[in-house]
Amino acid sequence: MLTFTIRRLLLAVPTLLFIALVIFALLKLAPGDPMAQVPLTVPPEVKEKMREALGLGQPNHVQFYKWMVQFFVIEPQVIIDHIFGTSFAEGKLRVISWQTRSPVMDIIWQRMPQTLWVVGLSYVVAVIIAVPIGVISAYRQYSWFDQIGTFVSMIGFSVPTFFTGVLLIVIFSVLIPTGSFFWLPSIYDTTLVVDSWETLGKQIRQMIMPVFVLALYNAAQISRFMRASMLDNLNQDYVRTARAKGLTEKSVVLVHVLRNSMIPVVTVIALGVPTIFGGSLITEQIFKVNGIGQLLITAIQANDLPMVQTITFIFAILIVVFNLIADILYGILDPRIRYD
Amino acid sequence: MTDTAEPTKAPRNQWWDIWGQFRTHKGAMICLVIFVTILLGVAFGQFLWSIDPTYIDIRARNQGPNLSHPFGTDQLGRDTLARMIKGGQTSLAVGLVAMLLALFLGAFVGVVSGYFKRLDGPLMRLTDLFLALPLLPLLLVMVMLFRQPLSAAFGPETGIFILMVCAIGITSWMPTARIVRGDVLALKEREFILSARSIGTSNTKMILRHLLPNVMSPIMVSATLGIANAIITESALSFLGLGFPPDFPTWGRLLFDSVDYLQQYPERVMWPGVAISLTVLSVNYIGDGLRDALDPRIRGR
Repeated sequence: MLTFTIRRLLLAVPTLLFIALVIFALLKLAPGDPMAQVPLTVPPEVKEKMREALGLGQPNHVQFYKWMVQFFVIEPQVIIDHIFGTSFAEGKLRVISWQTRSPVMDIIWQRMPQTLWVVGLSYVVAVIIAVPIGVISAYRQYSWFDQIGTFVSMIGFSVPTFFTGVLLIVIFSVLIPTGSFFWLPSIYDTTLVVDSWETLGKQIRQMIMPVFVLALYNAAQISRFMRASMLDNLNQDYVRTARAKGLTEKSVVLVHVLRNSMIPVVTVIALGVPTIFGGSLITEQIFKVNGIGQLLITAIQANDLPMVQTITFIFAILIVVFNLIADILYGILDPRIRYD
Repeated sequence: MTDTAEPTKAPRNQWWDIWGQFRTHKGAMICLVIFVTILLGVAFGQFLWSIDPTYIDIRARNQGPNLSHPFGTDQLGRDTLARMIKGGQTSLAVGLVAMLLALFLGAFVGVVSGYFKRLDGPLMRLTDLFLALPLLPLLLVMVMLFRQPLSAAFGPETGIFILMVCAIGITSWMPTARIVRGDVLALKEREFILSARSIGTSNTKMILRHLLPNVMSPIMVSATLGIANAIITESALSFLGLGFPPDFPTWGRLLFDSVDYLQQYPERVMWPGVAISLTVLSVNYIGDGLRDALDPRIRGR
């Protein structure tokens, strides 16, 4: 198992480099000029100097190398400095945003908590809803519960999040009067500091809609996988053996079958984590959560290439890491699948 | 598979069996009817409802549903029904063409990597690499970068259309490639391939005559999923404001524009939203029914 893990870790390195190269090459083709906003009265040689100050004068491979060094060497050094108070990164150039002229990573750190709260919570809610639904609809296959579950999950992943979100806003923020108990705010207020019961209530209120939108979409998919995997296991011989031994139905289903059916579902859950970060792009836009997705969109609109580059690459790292986690989890949970 | 060696009396085509099985899936049948209705309505609606979608009638702006404008009008007095039909044409066209491109790429990569052993390793690594790309952010970046040059080269509408189709097609062929490769690998070991080879069938003939017809069913199922995916992606991009130009309606764009008037005219978001959802839902159900119908193990029962 250890050699397998190490081999997969080594394989992740060229994958990440390739993705970094793709992102870099795509952005190199950009027609947008960061000097476009500079007034025309600035003489061309000064413009050229400014361009060089942004690191644009050098050949492409040097730029790529420097970006990689900044990302993988200098930024971790900054984090280490921050934690231990050392000064490894002092005086070294970090990835600088063209919009704000401040380090990209600092902005991302500021935006991270909002995204993690909304996205993370919605995924937890989705798993909590999806697993029991999947189990029950597999155990009572073709019952009315199963039929309704199938229909609802079909709707869940057919109706795009940008419509469910808007629909919820129409119902809970527009149609329901503002003073009512059921009214929910449609705009996520990041400046809210939770320090009393009242603000906690407000925080919960503003999180309900974004969390629900993302949770519905993910729960629909996970519950389908759960159901299929339960159905595969319910007809196995070991289930018949367990029943023949006289075990209670509860322990047959919840201990024997559920544990075995969770194996593929756990990997599906791990694989889904990076995609929900992508999905949060839209949800954050609808509910005006100023998280990473919204940061990416504003950066794209403002032609802020270092920011776009870095955020896209962070998404790529998330995908690679969670693929790795899913593979390793699969090996740990299912001893039949040891790759070495 | 039925025996079609004697074409004179081939009693039942395989596709009739599949249709027979498909008809037993009630949800899929209902959704097929809905999907065909949407398709026809969008394709021929402009002949029945002849108001120009770009005609601005500022006096009739912000109307609710009424007799002369069944879906109401927008902030410039343009008729929403006409814009929905026009938008549907774009959305569905993008969905269908992007799906075809993705299918073509996926089937090509899948067949080649399953059939030629030497290309299998590199092509599958390539597929894995593509699967590890963050697709939505990359799509956004691609749209941002290539919008200007392509609009300049082909005109704003055709340019963005080509961009959308290519971007969605290039980023969604991987699942098809994997499924097709798996099926081709299994088919390659079968006797009929061996006998075809023994009579000297060339590689091209082998792929076109023997392999492709046998992997049609997974390709068709991924085609339906591909349409759904492409429509959602296009609408999502339009919804983020990075799709077609503002005066050029698509369903995603109409939804995006209506969100600004959410407080005053909440019903306006319903039309495009319901249209997208209904299309995707019906396509997904059709895919579900098709998967059951194309599975010979279920079909016999």
